[in-house]
Amino acid sequence: MPTVSMTVNGKQVSGEVDARKLLVEFLRENLLLTGTHVGCDTSQCGACVVHVDGRSVKSCTMLAVMADGASVTTIEGMASGETMHPMQEAFREQHGLQCGFCTPGMVMSAVDLVAVNPDPSEAEIRHWLGGNICRCTGYHNIVEAVRDGAARMRALGKAAAE
Amino acid sequence: MYAFEYHRPGSVADAGALLKANEDAKIIAGGMTMIPTLKQRLAMPGELVDLRDCADLKGITVSGGTVTIGAMTKHDTVASSAEVKGAIPALAGLAGNIGDPAVRNRGTLGGSIANNDPAADYPSACLALGATIVTTNREIAAEDFFTGLFETALEEGEIITAVRFPVPEKAAYKKFDQPASRYALVGVFVAKTAGGVRVGVTGAGQDGVFRQTDMEAALSANFAPEAIDGVMVSPDRLNVDIHGDAAYRANLIKVMAKRAVADCA
Ligand SMILES: Cc1cc2nc3c(=O)[nH]c(=O)nc-3n(C[C@H](O)[C@H](O)[C@H](O)COP(=O)(O)OP(=O)(O)OC[C@H]3O[C@@H](n4cnc5c(N)ncnc54)[C@H](O)[C@@H]3O)c2cc1C
Ligand code: FES
Ligand code: FES
Repeated sequence: MPTVSMTVNGKQVSGEVDARKLLVEFLRENLLLTGTHVGCDTSQCGACVVHVDGRSVKSCTMLAVMADGASVTTIEGMASGETMHPMQEAFREQHGLQCGFCTPGMVMSAVDLVAVNPDPSEAEIRHWLGGNICRCTGYHNIVEAVRDGAARMRALGKAAAE
Repeated sequence: MYAFEYHRPGSVADAGALLKANEDAKIIAGGMTMIPTLKQRLAMPGELVDLRDCADLKGITVSGGTVTIGAMTKHDTVASSAEVKGAIPALAGLAGNIGDPAVRNRGTLGGSIANNDPAADYPSACLALGATIVTTNREIAAEDFFTGLFETALEEGEIITAVRFPVPEKAAYKKFDQPASRYALVGVFVAKTAGGVRVGVTGAGQDGVFRQTDMEAALSANFAPEAIDGVMVSPDRLNVDIHGDAAYRANLIKVMAKRAVADCA
């Protein structure tokens, strides 16, 4: 069986995997990082979005061997200790979730958006989240949360620069 | 998924050798179509050859009125490339509207055209811009490359290395997307070149992407949205599905083409 090694949430990990093991299965089953969800397993819903080398990807549509050598960040890697990531904080404050199933993928997609577009408009947020499906909230509060999260990330970036 | 062996060659030459040595080997690029296909057990390759380490398949160059894009270049890279935005902004815009960000961060130009999904975006740009598909064996004009539904002129073991797009005078792409999948229900790419106007239509044809030659003639005579009013688009050989019938698609082709021409102004 092939051996894969990658950095996951800052830690070096490796393991023997069947070539057909999906990245999301490696994360959930081998590393027990169950914050990354599988909603559809057909590349549609975005519940499984993680960052690979800093960009959002659907981990149900990538083989673990294809992430060999990469740096992977999952929802578990977003908080620093007890302090939530500003985007997570914004989802809580703005009620950007009900059951929370889609939320890990929403947060990971939103953080990727803010990395390329620090001050996205409502239209840009909606377009960006086209591949993240929520069955509960109706998106209004999710969009509000992403705007708020982006503002918090900008404020933090500014504070860090000063 | 059925079991397979996974290979990660470091060059196109090595990838070609692997494909030659293993008859049931298949290429994997971004995996955005290949992995769903494997999950559904619609394909049973004994070996998967991942092109991601083939540096010779990546990158964008613009020179002498031609934009050359490596087969492994991701949709997001094309969408955000200053060179592509400068030379053929419609092509960058097309890439930026494929699927969703996670799809664009993995899916590649080569994978998209090799797959030739009848609702994919890139094939319409290849036809309208008169692109040349460069492979490990030869160069193929876009017209000869797309041969039918999910069918191309590629032979066993042939690898797309790059696509060359001639820079047009003006071009625009308008897509009416199916909101659940974001694939094109109908997409129309209009390009005005020194040699005349070319119109590529995706999403609509029963045989996949095609050129709308009546519109090309009308627009070559008068490059204005009104020129399309007099063109009859036949619903024959157009797709029928739960999203729309053939007459609806025939009308959408005109609407999208008019919007594309208006966008060129
Ligand atoms: C949710 C979702 C939404 C999408 N929406 C759109 C959309 O709106 N518009 C659109 O156009 N597309 C859309 N796509 C498809 C996407 O654009 C991918 O680009 C496409 O699936 C194939 O590219 P890939 O790089 O992932 O190739 P893969 O899936 O890895 O490969 C696809 C096929 O091409 C072959 N292949 C790959 N590279 C080469 C090469 N260099 N030479 C020869 N053969 C090769 C493979 O063997 C395979 O048969 C969507 C996909 C998903 C999952
Ligand atoms: S589980 Fe990956 S997109 Fe739905
Ligand atoms: S909060 Fe339940 S699916 Fe989005």
